[in-house]
Amino acid sequence: MQTILPSAITMALYFVIFGNLIGPRIGQMGGFSYIQYIAPGIIMMAVITNSYSNVVSSFFGAKFQRHIEEILVSPTPNILIVAGYVAGGVARGVIVAFIVLIVALLFTEIQIYSYTITLAVVVLTATLFSVGGLINAIYAKKFDDISIVPTFVLTPLTYLGGVFYSIDLLPDFWRAVSLANPILYMVNAFRFGILGVSDIGLGTAFFVIIIFTSGLFYFSLFLLRRGVGIRN
Amino acid sequence: MYALEIRNLTKTYASGACALADINLNVEQGEFFALLGPNGAGKSTAIGIIASLINKTNGLIKVFGIDTDQDFDRAKSLIGLVPQELNFSQFESVSEIVLNQAGYYGIPRRLARKNTEIFLRQLGLWDKRNQRSRDLSGGMKRRLMIARALVHEPKLLILDEPTAGVDIELRRSMWEFLHNLNVAGTTIILTTHYLEEAERLCRNIAIINKGEIIEHSSMKTLLAKLHAEIFILDLSKPITAVPLGSEFDFHLKDDTTIEVTVYMDQTINDVFAFLSERRIQVTSMRGKSNRLEELFVNLTQENE
Repeated sequence: MQTILPSAITMALYFVIFGNLIGPRIGQMGGFSYIQYIAPGIIMMAVITNSYSNVVSSFFGAKFQRHIEEILVSPTPNILIVAGYVAGGVARGVIVAFIVLIVALLFTEIQIYSYTITLAVVVLTATLFSVGGLINAIYAKKFDDISIVPTFVLTPLTYLGGVFYSIDLLPDFWRAVSLANPILYMVNAFRFGILGVSDIGLGTAFFVIIIFTSGLFYFSLFLLRRGVGIRN
Repeated sequence: MYALEIRNLTKTYASGACALADINLNVEQGEFFALLGPNGAGKSTAIGIIASLINKTNGLIKVFGIDTDQDFDRAKSLIGLVPQELNFSQFESVSEIVLNQAGYYGIPRRLARKNTEIFLRQLGLWDKRNQRSRDLSGGMKRRLMIARALVHEPKLLILDEPTAGVDIELRRSMWEFLHNLNVAGTTIILTTHYLEEAERLCRNIAIINKGEIIEHSSMKTLLAKLHAEIFILDLSKPITAVPLGSEFDFHLKDDTTIEVTVYMDQTINDVFAFLSERRIQVTSMRGKSNRLEELFVNLTQENE
């Protein structure tokens, strides 16, 4: 409860401020009211933050208390270690996505365009950021190290990832720069799943998400096999 | 086939510090083996490498003939480790910690529950099974780590200073438990700073200092190297000076206590005979220090 409820409260504030107070002055975006347009991005923001922080804190906690050694001395395969931690992160991401969706429904009407695409994007994104959190925790040596990436990398990339606006509104240069942000693809694929509109082609978005997810997954396995950050 | 075979094991840390310099070690199956050494000698590094917590730089390790470079997972399933530092989750209950560990070894849940009960009962923790681990006393935490290390029934149990900070009564009950475990067939490797513990429990011994094995033999052979022992004798009546005219090396500690050094070619009977002749009555006698302790200090100082 202490990990899920804060997201519901924070995201409710986003809906109140950006959706109800500022939204009506902005008008329509992509053929939807502003609050409807930002709802998928806000849900995705919660998924990214929660799946990442779940794994980074669990794994670093295990390193800090040294009970990660319980697994390291056992014959548990590395792939199972990654799968176990990632499953925890994905579970939290999916639960939070569902809760924030319910919060969104308190503020506006949402008709889900494609349940399959919506669910696939949530699970893939949660997987990607769970693995990201795991890699961060593997390298982390102190508590500061697990807050640097969320503060200086994830949050800016999420805010600039098309959560609150369509990149079609940006000048060409900044539009091109935005395309280098992987979170843009997740937010837009999810927006397509919920609203049926996206700044990015669905195939391209899935391709980018899958490439990043598998790349980080294999990298985390490589780090565990080498013992980086966990075996001297 | 040895329970543990180590060949030319080397560990150099990234800082350049050499923790292990080409060590060789054999531990026979069924042995109760002591691995001794001063702080920072390399004991925990060696154990960490055997248990896969530390990457080696070079060398070969075989556990019951299984080369850890070829099949570390199979080798790991034969090892149980009781580390020096507490390393379980402070928020899980006693039984959760032991049960989860069985899961990491692929033990079916039903058997894991059975083993958890057996070892928690044997180690006197069954009543505490639902208690959070952080609330246990220091001695109970040590016993919990032993139960956890045994839940998958390893053939080789490695204990890194298991009785550190444990009161004497509990230490003795742990000695008895470990002795019975060894008699039942488990090979045990023990590191300890309580040399009385090593002398009492172990048949074979290796002493490591500055990353090198400086002694590797049976306890009997090692103790035979001790050329003299010092005893403290408490006297029934005060004396003013040490008795003269003897071949023994006496020192007066206070008026009712003398210290005598007995060399290999002398006997304690001769000491008593000499004192009796001079009507000096001894009420009690004790060794000044543990025999192994004497040897340990000598060997490590020679290695300096």
